[in-house]
Amino acid sequence: MAKVIGGVFTSHVPAIGGAIQRGAQGEPYWAPFFNAWPPVREWLDVQQPDVVVMFYNDHGLNFFLDKMPTFAVGAAEVYRNEDEGWGLHPFPVPPGHTELSWAIIEKLVEEEFDITTCQDMLVDHAASIPLALAWPGREAPVRIVPITINTVQHPLPSAKRCLALGRAVGKALAEWQGPEKIMVMGTGGLSHQLDGERAGFMNAEYDKFCMDNLARDPDALTTHSVHEIVELSGTQGVEILNWIAARGALGASTSEVSRTYHIPISNTAAAVMVLETEAAVQSGKIKHEAEPEMI
Amino acid sequence: MATATPAPIPGTHIFDGAAAQKGYALNAMCYSFNSAQNRDAFVRDEAAYIDKFQLTAEQREAVAARNVLQMMAAGGNVYYLAKLAGILGLNVQDLGAQQTGMSVDAFKQMLLDQAKTPAAKEAICG
Repeated sequence: MAKVIGGVFTSHVPAIGGAIQRGAQGEPYWAPFFNAWPPVREWLDVQQPDVVVMFYNDHGLNFFLDKMPTFAVGAAEVYRNEDEGWGLHPFPVPPGHTELSWAIIEKLVEEEFDITTCQDMLVDHAASIPLALAWPGREAPVRIVPITINTVQHPLPSAKRCLALGRAVGKALAEWQGPEKIMVMGTGGLSHQLDGERAGFMNAEYDKFCMDNLARDPDALTTHSVHEIVELSGTQGVEILNWIAARGALGASTSEVSRTYHIPISNTAAAVMVLETEAAVQSGKIKHEAEPEMI
Repeated sequence: MATATPAPIPGTHIFDGAAAQKGYALNAMCYSFNSAQNRDAFVRDEAAYIDKFQLTAEQREAVAARNVLQMMAAGGNVYYLAKLAGILGLNVQDLGAQQTGMSVDAFKQMLLDQAKTPAAKEAICG
């Protein structure tokens, strides 16, 4: 039986890709972010996931405004990362898990999510950089199912709808009969705004609210409308929708394994979190209970 | 019939259907810059490249002025505009500085300073 072992949640700022390709991970500007990753990789070494279900948003590599799906599920054998306009070398992207893709698609439509399916799909930095952070310097040793959420062109799906989408994906994963160990990734955020006179806006208080509630009460993140999330988190901070959906796929009970929050990388308040489920290898060595004041 | 719109957020432009429709040509041009060949073509002959994408007068003016707020007013979306900015050698701090009227150094400092607020310190320790 498949097991859903947990999830890795991370910012996906393109500049991270530049820092990786320049070898700048140890520079004072970058170290606080990259230092988040050794414990994540330790956890991955213990857990040995076979599949990553990746919740992210495309920034204009695969999707343009000519066709903009609210939710799209990849069902390809092969995915590629390509030049997104800045000439970065494409990062390696692991192969797809088409059988699981179709099981997820079947379940989502059964649950009345009217999704788009993609048998030919480029995946942008929002998927490739998190994989490169988790498994640096190589193609991630997993198969993937990419799921994109429109965070570009309003109207965006509500946080409540994204959580429900994630929960429906979680049902598909729970019913999957394969032997794989499955993890999710949710990428983007946290608070940031690239555009407008309010460019540079961040909101640590809202970010902390999101991080504090991600494991224990994700429904708390759905109390805000998309417009309120933009106000609280910035025009691009709405990428928290990807985290919310990914959290939904983990089921009711998760615990927080690690958390890093750092301001800024580029214009963004960056965060990296690991949550695990009861199906994870219980790794007392690296597991941190939440500090009492956070409960 | 239009539904009630929530109160505007100061300094913030929601990229909605109206903007997406208005900005289509400009964003389409920017989307084409995923290709290095197209970036080169733009650099070689900007006017011809812009003609090919049939930018509106407002969009042409904004691009000629290298003015991000004007590009957004003409329907540009920052995810696509970032690809044009890359050609112009501007990163998101440069864009932020231009939109806020700050110097690039002051804008970068403003980003760094946000780590020093009590809320940020609490979140970082969190």
